[in-house]
Amino acid sequence: MSSSIIELEHVDAGYPGAVILHDVSFEVKRGEVFILLGGSGCGKSTVMKHMIGLNPVLAGTLRVAGMEWSAKTRDELFHKIGVMYQSGALFGAMTCLENVMLPLEEFTRLRRAERRDRAMSLLADVGLADAADKLPSEISGGMKKRAAIARAMALDPEIVFLDEPSAGLDPISSSALDDLVLKLRETKGMTFVVVTHELPSIFKIADRAAMFDKARRGMIALGSPSELREKSEDPFVRKFFNRGESHGKSG
Amino acid sequence: MKPFEAVGRRACEYAASMRENLAFLGETTVCALSILARPRRFRLGDSALAFERASFDALPVTTGIGFLLGLILAFQSAAALKMFGVEVYVSDLLAIALFRELGPLVTAIVLAGRTGSAFAAEIGAMKVNEELDALTTMGLPPVRFLVMPRVVAAVAAMPILTIFAELAGLIGGAIVLRMMNVPPSVFWRHVADVSTVFTISFGLAKGAFFGALVAIVGCAAGMRTKSTADGVGRAATSAVVGGIVSIAVADGLLAYLCYLWNI
Repeated sequence: MSSSIIELEHVDAGYPGAVILHDVSFEVKRGEVFILLGGSGCGKSTVMKHMIGLNPVLAGTLRVAGMEWSAKTRDELFHKIGVMYQSGALFGAMTCLENVMLPLEEFTRLRRAERRDRAMSLLADVGLADAADKLPSEISGGMKKRAAIARAMALDPEIVFLDEPSAGLDPISSSALDDLVLKLRETKGMTFVVVTHELPSIFKIADRAAMFDKARRGMIALGSPSELREKSEDPFVRKFFNRGESHGKSG
Repeated sequence: MKPFEAVGRRACEYAASMRENLAFLGETTVCALSILARPRRFRLGDSALAFERASFDALPVTTGIGFLLGLILAFQSAAALKMFGVEVYVSDLLAIALFRELGPLVTAIVLAGRTGSAFAAEIGAMKVNEELDALTTMGLPPVRFLVMPRVVAAVAAMPILTIFAELAGLIGGAIVLRMMNVPPSVFWRHVADVSTVFTISFGLAKGAFFGALVAIVGCAAGMRTKSTADGVGRAATSAVVGGIVSIAVADGLLAYLCYLWNI
């Protein structure tokens, strides 16, 4: 089995008629927490949308679990990934429990009681057992994101994608979410791909990170966060990490 | 060059929007066929909820409009027919107009304004909230999950709403004729004489067809919602306008076909 679970080779990322990032190449190894990093609008979420099969790449090759996205592989690949969106994207008319039970209801042959047990166990994993019967409108932003992580893990995916997990959260909730990612990686052995620009999170959870720059429309650095901070000669990378460091100290 | 550029850009946008609509219609048709093949994949609970909102919640407004329509039609036509002393034939006119044409048409317009816009707003808000992306990446096609239950609900709701609107319209007409000294028994006998099973069922089938149009146009508008501040509002407006235009065009085509086939 290959150690890489996601491979990008000379990928142009963007939308038809609008290339945002040119010639992006990197790979994500099985079981690692990989960060897509960069300033606002640099294209990191766009790269994630290519990885999760929402948009096709404009050029190059993108393989997830050894397969390229196509009409034939789509359904199989969707079952290998779980996604937590920035807003949580929980279905408003369903309780947290029903949200987590939905993929189980659609794609497994489990009985209702078994589905309920499995969903409750996932909610307990993310610390939301008490909020199972609450609607998304009745819980906080951090709880929504944790419920969304529980839903993303419902079918035991190989890769979990998290889009800006810390956005809109206070530092304590954000840190709790980081702890959750580390715990899930440890217990379930899943690969995590996280889109973020929160430096405290990056240093806490990341094994490696790819950094993108809007001005140069490409990937400018790849490595562990400490390598990027200490060894990179790139002025943008240095500026990004040094500013974050001063923020960290003042915090 | 600017006016030409503007025309060209609008033409390209229109063509792109037509292509999207056709793709959506195709996807909906394929999804409907796949559900026919595997009925267990249909989300009956979601459809029942949408049906309740589209039918029972809409009954007061549809019945009220139907009643007023009958009242107005009876007054307007009685004024002319009274000159010939045949105001009793208002009942025939009302029954034929309501059962064949106005019942389904007016009910569909109410459905477009009330339910079509609601479908667009619901799906649009879900799109802005990334819920459609979440469905897609869970391997659940939004068309099967969100569109089909709503289309089935609208198709099922329309005949019920239509029959209530038609009956209310006839009651309105009966009240007007009563004021003109035509006894209700005479009114209802005339209505029964001109109302065949075919006329009534043709109107109801037309209503169901209009219901499908309204739901498809409303859901398509919701799926095309842009993530801007006014995106959901624009989707709702587009659903109402698109729904009414599509009903009018479809009704015109049906009228022409009925004339050709002598129905």
